Amino acid sequence: MTYLRDVGALARKDLLLELRARDTLPAMLLFIAATFVIFHFVLPGEPTRLETSGLLWIAILFTALLGLGRAFVPEREQRTMDGLVLAPCDRSAIWLAKSIATLAFLVAAEVVALPLYALFFHSVGWTTVAAVALADLGICGVGTFLGAMAVATRARDLLLPLLFLPLALPIVVGAVGATVGPPVVSSPGRYLAFLALYDLLFAVICWASFEYVVAE
Amino acid sequence: MLTARRLGKRYGEKRVLRGIDLELPAGGFLVVTGANGSGKTTLLRICAGLAQPTEGKIERAATRGQVGYLGHEPLVYRELTALENLELYGRLYRVAERRERIGMLLERFGLWDVRHERVGSYSRGMAQRLALCRVLLHEPDLLVLDEPYSALDEGSAELLDAQLTELRGERTFVLATHDPARVEPLASGALALGG
Repeated sequence: MTYLRDVGALARKDLLLELRARDTLPAMLLFIAATFVIFHFVLPGEPTRLETSGLLWIAILFTALLGLGRAFVPEREQRTMDGLVLAPCDRSAIWLAKSIATLAFLVAAEVVALPLYALFFHSVGWTTVAAVALADLGICGVGTFLGAMAVATRARDLLLPLLFLPLALPIVVGAVGATVGPPVVSSPGRYLAFLALYDLLFAVICWASFEYVVAE
Repeated sequence: MLTARRLGKRYGEKRVLRGIDLELPAGGFLVVTGANGSGKTTLLRICAGLAQPTEGKIERAATRGQVGYLGHEPLVYRELTALENLELYGRLYRVAERRERIGMLLERFGLWDVRHERVGSYSRGMAQRLALCRVLLHEPDLLVLDEPYSALDEGSAELLDAQLTELRGERTFVLATHDPARVEPLASGALALGG
């Protein structure tokens, strides 16, 4: 219970910081909406579901990168990570809280993005919504972990995409597979199960090793 | 409380600290002096457990929750109010009777009336006073203070003098300063770092 209260306090802090500074969410919203509008005009005629599924996931992935890149900015600029890592709480609570906050921003961006996708391209079915939910968990968990690693380096803006995009490849494979559906993919459920497995595996790895990421 | 043997620190090719020996008993008050770039901050970060030495070893009796660290930055969030910052740290540092303790510290350091204002609107001196509240909040056994007097006006500096005098002997201090005369009456030991 104490662990969950720590996570709750840290996540609340991150949401409050964004609510007041408005550094991240407006940028994510603008980016994902602009991406769909651009794709709408770039793609001539009626693009297939396979093509637009790819666009959807490119947009989601790069929107998430925007949020992940800013996740540890307050801790870096105000050096508050020193205060957090000296606290006697489990350090993985910092990762979990940050992941939850980033997830909230990403979900908020997708609440706008999915209706736009449906408006410009194809309808959004339950498998797409499930794929988005599962992919979000993986993106935020892994991305936050890598964001904490990258923020300690000078080349952080370069390092995060370099580390994150290869590790996000299985998410893209699973998410596109689940989104496309029949007749291209006969059983999207298998792709959803793959995404769930990825989330579980990387959640355990990130949770267990975050301690070493924030220690010098 | 703190024992260090042949402590050294390198950042790549650059050697910042070399051959530091320390023996600081519980209740001791070590004053660290030295010119800019002499390694004071690095030594203090090692003492606090925020950095690891690349040579030698350090033993610390205080666990990480029992360390209070004041760095060059106040380590508080500018977009949060003083109260929200201290509430957060109080929870994470397991402070008993948090509300009362926070109220007492804010009163003592003259920040009670601005407790609902965002730290970003504070002057540097007010932020430093809030940083002192944060450091003292969980009543740490080991206080590691890097230039605690910086940005404080004379009134606030005297308040800090009184606080240090009150805690002298009860807590262990490692304090870096450019003004050793100010804390000389409290010091039990001194370490001058070379350039």
